[in-house]
This record gives sequence, structure tokens and C-alpha cells, in this order.
Amino acid sequence: MFGLKHDIACDIPDKYYSLEDYEKAVPRWCPGCGDHAVLTNIQKLCREKQLDPAKTVFVSGIGCSSRFPHYMKTYGFHGLHGRAFPVASGIKFRRPDLDVFVITGDGDCCSIGAGAWMHAIRYNINMTVMLFNNEIYGLTKNQTSPTSRIGTKSNTSPRGSILPPINPLQTTLGISNVSFVAQTVDWNPAHLYATLNAAHEHKGFSFVHIVQRCPVFQPDLVDEFKSGKDAFYLIKNNDGIVLDENAEKTFKNSVEHDHTDINAARNLAEDENGKFYLGLLYQNKDADCYDDYGAHNMGFTAEQKMEVLNEELDKRAI
Amino acid sequence: MSNDTMATPAVNKQNSQSKIIGEHILEIVSDSGEGAQKCGQSFASISAKMGNGVWTVEIIPAEIQPPARTREGASGIRIRVGSKKITNMGNEADLLVAFNEQVPYSRIVQHAYREGTIMLLEKKWATSKSEEIREKYASAVKDFKNQGIDVREIPMEEECLKLVKNPRKGKNMWVLGMLCYIYQRNIERAEQQVRYVFRKKTVEIIDTNLDLLKAGYRWAADNLDLKYEVPTIPTEEKLVVMNGNEAIGMGVLAAGIEVVSMYPITPATSASHYLAEVLEKSGGLVHQAEDEIAAIGFAIGASYAGKTAITITSGPGIALKTEFIGLAAMAEVPLVIVDVQRGGPSTGLPTKVEQGDLLAVLYGQPGDSPKIVLAASTIEECFQFIVLARKLAETFRIPVFVLTDANLATGQQPFPRPKVQKDWFSPPIDQSPWKEGVKPFDWNPETGLSRRPIPGQSGGIYTLTGLAHNEEGIVSYNPDNNQKTSELRSRKLATINKTLKPPSIHGEESGDLLIVGWGSTLGAIEEAVDQAIELGAKVSSIHLRFLSPMEPGLKKIFSQFKKVLSVEINYSDSSNDPYIDNENRRYSQLAWILRAQTLVDIDCFSNVKGQPLQPKDILAKIKEELDVK
Repeated sequence: MFGLKHDIACDIPDKYYSLEDYEKAVPRWCPGCGDHAVLTNIQKLCREKQLDPAKTVFVSGIGCSSRFPHYMKTYGFHGLHGRAFPVASGIKFRRPDLDVFVITGDGDCCSIGAGAWMHAIRYNINMTVMLFNNEIYGLTKNQTSPTSRIGTKSNTSPRGSILPPINPLQTTLGISNVSFVAQTVDWNPAHLYATLNAAHEHKGFSFVHIVQRCPVFQPDLVDEFKSGKDAFYLIKNNDGIVLDENAEKTFKNSVEHDHTDINAARNLAEDENGKFYLGLLYQNKDADCYDDYGAHNMGFTAEQKMEVLNEELDKRAI
Repeated sequence: MSNDTMATPAVNKQNSQSKIIGEHILEIVSDSGEGAQKCGQSFASISAKMGNGVWTVEIIPAEIQPPARTREGASGIRIRVGSKKITNMGNEADLLVAFNEQVPYSRIVQHAYREGTIMLLEKKWATSKSEEIREKYASAVKDFKNQGIDVREIPMEEECLKLVKNPRKGKNMWVLGMLCYIYQRNIERAEQQVRYVFRKKTVEIIDTNLDLLKAGYRWAADNLDLKYEVPTIPTEEKLVVMNGNEAIGMGVLAAGIEVVSMYPITPATSASHYLAEVLEKSGGLVHQAEDEIAAIGFAIGASYAGKTAITITSGPGIALKTEFIGLAAMAEVPLVIVDVQRGGPSTGLPTKVEQGDLLAVLYGQPGDSPKIVLAASTIEECFQFIVLARKLAETFRIPVFVLTDANLATGQQPFPRPKVQKDWFSPPIDQSPWKEGVKPFDWNPETGLSRRPIPGQSGGIYTLTGLAHNEEGIVSYNPDNNQKTSELRSRKLATINKTLKPPSIHGEESGDLLIVGWGSTLGAIEEAVDQAIELGAKVSSIHLRFLSPMEPGLKKIFSQFKKVLSVEINYSDSSNDPYIDNENRRYSQLAWILRAQTLVDIDCFSNVKGQPLQPKDILAKIKEELDVK
């Protein structure tokens, strides 16, 4: 009975999953890395929703953040660089009973995996997607990423990067059949948790852009985020991601926004004057989900399949 | 050879008896879009249904609608029809139907015709309004005759115009009618076939095509002195006829595979076309991915989640999928990969045959990446090997390749109707609790085998990774662990090898020459070997189906022959080349492997002409090797 809330006494679960039931190895990320905060909040989310670890799959590509599945005591798939989306799509296509999460980084998603990213948005398969964007390649030791700001100094651009960065929100909002786009930061646990929760609730490809710190290779950004509270705007909408009063107070600025209006969402995403709009930018609950199609004809018996094969062979009989 | 370059003799009806022949090779060539293939496929189906052996080869330009009346744009089909089972495309054609005088040249460069080949040529170009066309026509006809081709000019369009306004559509059915007379095909069967071909069209269209068919038949009866009979050998056995890609599709149905993940690529795509039509009603789906990499990634995801999936592609697709193939081998995800090989490297010859992917498939991944490789040598095997591949993939927790090629993909051949068995079909996804204490990679040290947990199985939780990992599936950079796990993955192949029978020998068990082949060359090799044996040559052949692991007993078989020669359709340096010597010669792909594996000094005979090997070429090579006349 442990953990059973007094106000819901009707369904008694076989087992109550505690945080430890989702914790596997001790993470090997650097101290101060934003990944730790996301992991903690995801484990909390799993516990709050009492997700069955055997029915939960964390899928990732390659990069610092893509080590994530190794730290979850659920099923996991730590695959290839840039290829988390096709694998996750294949897993979910015919397994509506599985809860699929995708972890990807700015290099994994926006560079080597950009083609798959675009199509995963269009497929709109039901999965919770977290893009950990620290604007730098960490695992390969400090190279410029497609989301690095102009002037970023790294091992591959020692005199400062010259290309303008990709804006993942703008890109995602530009793809047909986009259904859920939100933005959060790794250092505001309340907002992070609320955003992940909303993403998990959404049926479809829930894309969460996590603005993230890399204290080792982007220490200046960490300072900027810490001191630049003016830059973060809380998106307010009662139907969107709602924070409690105390959490709201951590934001100096806020903005009213209709997350069903894609043009308004695109305007926020494109407002690049150093502002970050945190919360739900866009949601379309009616977008078509490819996994609905994927699961529409399952469970045929061998006898049914034999019948079709026999018919097909008979069509070619001579 | 006819030296008559004057006016073409008119076709006259003579009261000839039909000539009884054991087999005939006919070709139909046209501009793209004129329906030569539909005509030829129909003819092949009618012939097969009457009890003849048939083999068809499509002649496909790389473009959808290449310019009309061009030599490169020729589209068509070859049908070899005989009293006995036909196993390959044969040598030169005996009869050719050409819709214009330019398209035969695309086949003449392939040496598809011989002196005496009969050409039934559309004659409307002789009276074209364009002087240029008239001149080209006259000059080509003269040229054909100089080559010894027996040209008969046929008023195809003129006759069709009596029935339809636009003979471009429908001329093929008139030609089908003509061929049905020439080869004494049963006209009622032909009508049934036409109804089947146009089953999705309106009644008017079906009736028009039936009228054209009958008109072609009548015209031939009244005007041609060509009449052949290819006796049929009745058989009690039930047969089915299909092409290799359809056979792959049926194999997918028979294996109970529920996810086909593909990206369009010639010449593999038609397998997915077929599956897109039928798989849904059999409880499965075709996913057209955004690219080749995503196609295999999706299939691996589906396999990981419980049901072994399949991805169907060709050489350039295999190149793109390489990294995922390595992941499937490393993380031991069962998977079936079909490679319908075409000419390479790079974009190469998209519509033509080659056996050029063997080494890429075997060794294309960085590091050691053990996998099973099967090569289908007949259309029937295209079907069977998919069923086998799914089972092997799951039992051995390994990626399994099925190699076919452009020749098998579009070729049609009758084979015994498979007796559908329940145990072919994959079982439902196992969701029972995972046995306590069993690790996710619980390798049997003797076989390398382990069972895999499937998401949903409580107690089986693990994280699959392409990184080196231990029995728990946990990342391990331990040097001994990596050595040990590499050995275990490799051991699976040794385990399979021990279950295989040595290949059967076609011909005597010892002799002067042993030919080793794989894939679609089976029929041509055995036909050539049989002919050579009749000429007194001491030659035999073996044909490999398993290329990884290699079939057992090869060295022992090789030791019984004075010389071993691999025959393949891929590139090798010719030993006659003045720039080539024993140190720098590059061998054909199977020859490389066999040389390395057996230390036998195996020679090779191969080319990359984009054509199936013909029995006569192989026979010539045998004669050269053995000094047989």
C-alpha cells in the first residue's frame, strides 16, 4: 500500500514504483552538466505516472546526452549517431503498448540526424522527444555544433564560428504535421518537470527543446544564463504548461501566447533578440499519428496469414 | 547469310505444317511504354499454363520515357520457352518482334541474335512522312539482312488501325495474338490472360484488347508461314509462376514478417510494390522510409520491439545501411536484409544484373561483423530463403542477408506450388516474464547463442547498445571482454556451419574441371556443364547457397578436380590481359573468398556486361580450359 494516495482508494496497483526502480548506473556526465537535472526529472515523471519499466523504452543516438538510456532502469536502445528517430519510430510503429522516449543532442538531431528529424516530425508518432541543446559537441571534445552561436570558439573553429546557428524551434515548427513544440531550461526544475509532463501527456511527437549548460566547453554560456534572467520569458496560457505561483515567481518576464496558433508560435521561435520563450509554443491535438496506422491491423493468427498466402499462390497457379 | 538487299520479300501464307521444336527463344523490343513487357509476360504465362517450361528476362531502360526510336531506349522482354524446365535465358534469340528498326540495335550490341534469327518488324516506318525515318528504316533493314537476320515486315499498325484509333496502346495485344498463332498457343487461354491483365480496366478496354488479340491471331494465320509447336509435358505437380521480386514478397507473407521497411531503389522496389498491395490484409505493413538508413533503422527498431522485420534494397542502399548492419551484428538484433543486386560501383547499371555486392555484404562494416549470407539461385529460392532467413535471424540473433539480382527480380519461372506450413510463420511477440537470473546476453559458450528479452517482458530490462558490452548488456571497455564477446558472435557462424551439408555436385565427383557458382547463374552453368559432358569433357559444378558461413567440405571437393574455376557476374582481371600477372591479378568476388579459405589456386571467369551469363559463353570457357572441340 506504500505510496497509495488517500484520495484514490479504488485502484490498488500490484506494485508501487519508487525512484530507485528507475535508477540504474551512476551517471558519468561531468559535474554541473544539465543532463543530470533532466535525468532526475524524468525519473520523477516515471514515478509520478507509475510507468511500468518493462513497457518503457528510452531511445537515443550518440553524444553525451545519448548515454541517458544507460542510466534508466527501463528498456533502452543506445543506437547510432543521428539515428534515434528511425529506431524509435520502428519500435513504436506496432507497439502501442510501449511508452517511448527519445534523447538526442544538438549534433545528433540538428546535424547528422537532421534528415530523420524532419521526417519524424511529419510521422508524428507518439513519443516524448528531448533535444538537449548545449550548443557544442562535448563527447568528441569541443567542436562547433550547428546550434553554436556565431563566434563560438572551439577546436574546429578556433577563430570563432562563422555560420549562423540552426534554430531548432523554428525548424520543427516549419515541418508539416508538427503537433507539439515546447521549450524549457535544465536549471529550472519546476518548469522542466512541468514541460516534460505536458510533453508526455500529448499524443504525438512531443518535441521539447531543452536549453542546456555545458560547464566544460561553454562556461561563458553558463554565466550568461545565470545572470541573464531578463532573457527568459514564461509563456502563459491556462491550457498550456502551468506553473504554481512560486515557480512563476522565478521568472521576471512573461508573455501571453495562444499555442494553437502556429503563426504566433513561429513568431516567438523567430524572435532571436536574445530572448528565450519557455513553455508550450505550439500544440495540435488533431494531427495525424502514423502509429495509429501502424497498429491498425495487428494480431493476425498464423491461420489467417496462411489463408492470404494460399490465395496469393492460387492467383499464380498454372 | 542472305545477300538479298533488294526489296524485302512480302510475307506469304503457305500451307506449312507446324514445326515441332524442343525450345525457342523469342524477344519483343519496343520503345518504352509500348507494352512489349506486358505482351511478353502474358505470352510466358499462357505458355507456362499450357505446360511449357519458361524463363523470362526483361530488357529495361534506366529512364521511364526515353526518346522514341532510340537504340538506348529499347524496352522489351526475352522469353525462353521449351518442353522441359527452363533454367536460364539461353543464348541467341530465334525470333524477334521489333516495334521499330532502331530498338533491335540495343540487343545487337549484346549479341542477342544470330544468323537466321527471324525478325518480325513493324513496317509502318517504311512509308513514314519523314524522309529521315524512311531512310533510316531502309538502311537498318539492309543492315539486318547483311547480318543474316531473316527480316519479315509486318503491317502491325495498319492492321491495328482497323480496330482502334491509337494503336500505340493495343499494338502489344495484336502482337500477342500473332505470337499465339505462331507458337500455336491456346486462344481461349490467351483470352483469359488478357482479361486478367486488364482486370482493373473497363469492359470496353478489355473488349478492345480481346479484339486486337484475335485480329493478330487471324492475321498471322492468313499471312505468315511461321508455325511452331513446343510440345508440352503434362505434369501432375501443381505449379505457380511469378518473378523473383514477387517471390520475395510471398516469402515475406510466408515468414509472417509484419514490418517491411524500404526506400525505393531499382531493381528491388517491385518486391515492395507487391507487398504494399497484399501485406496489409495479412496483418503487416510496408513502411516507405525517408532514406535507406532510416529504412533499416526502422526495421531494427521493429525487430528490437519483438517481430523480426525486413528491409529490401540494392547495392547503393546496402552501402548506406552499412553502419546499421554493424549495429545489428554487434547488438545481436535479428533482421532480414534483401539485396537485389545491380551493376556497380556507384549508381552503375541500375536495371542490369551483377553479382557485385558479395564482398561489400560480407566485409562492408568496420570491425568484425558476423552475419549470415544466403544467395538465391532460382525464383523458388527467392521465396524459400526469406522464410529460412527469418528463422535463422531469430534463432541466431543475427542479421541475415538474402542476395538475389536483377535477373531473378524480373525473370519469371514456374516452380512447384509451395505447400504452406504453419511453422513458417513467426510466433506472436513473447510477453511472458523473463526468466529470473538470465542475463540479456546469456551466451552459450559453445554455440554463441543467447535468447533476447523483448520490451514488455518484465525482468528482462536491458539497454541495447552498439558499444562493446558484457553479458548484462552494460558497456564494457575491458580488453578480455571485447575479445571474448567477439569470439562468441563469430562462434554463431561456426555453429551454423556444422549443421550444413556439403554442396551437392552436378556431374561426377572428380574430374578435370570444377565450376563453382552462386546466385542466378545456376541454370546457365548447369546447362553448359551438361553440354560439355556430352562432348566428353570431365567437368562438374557446385552451386553455393550459403556464403556466410561457407558451406562445409569445399576443400575436399576441390581436391578431386585438376582445376577449380569460379563463374560469376562481377569484375575480375582477365589472366590474358598483358598488364596482369599472378601478383597483381584481381579475382572475382567468390574466387577471392574461396582462395583465402581453401588455399586452392582457384581461377575465375567473370564479366560485368550487365547481362545474365549465357550457357554458350560458359561452354566456350570450358572448351578452352579442357581443350575440347
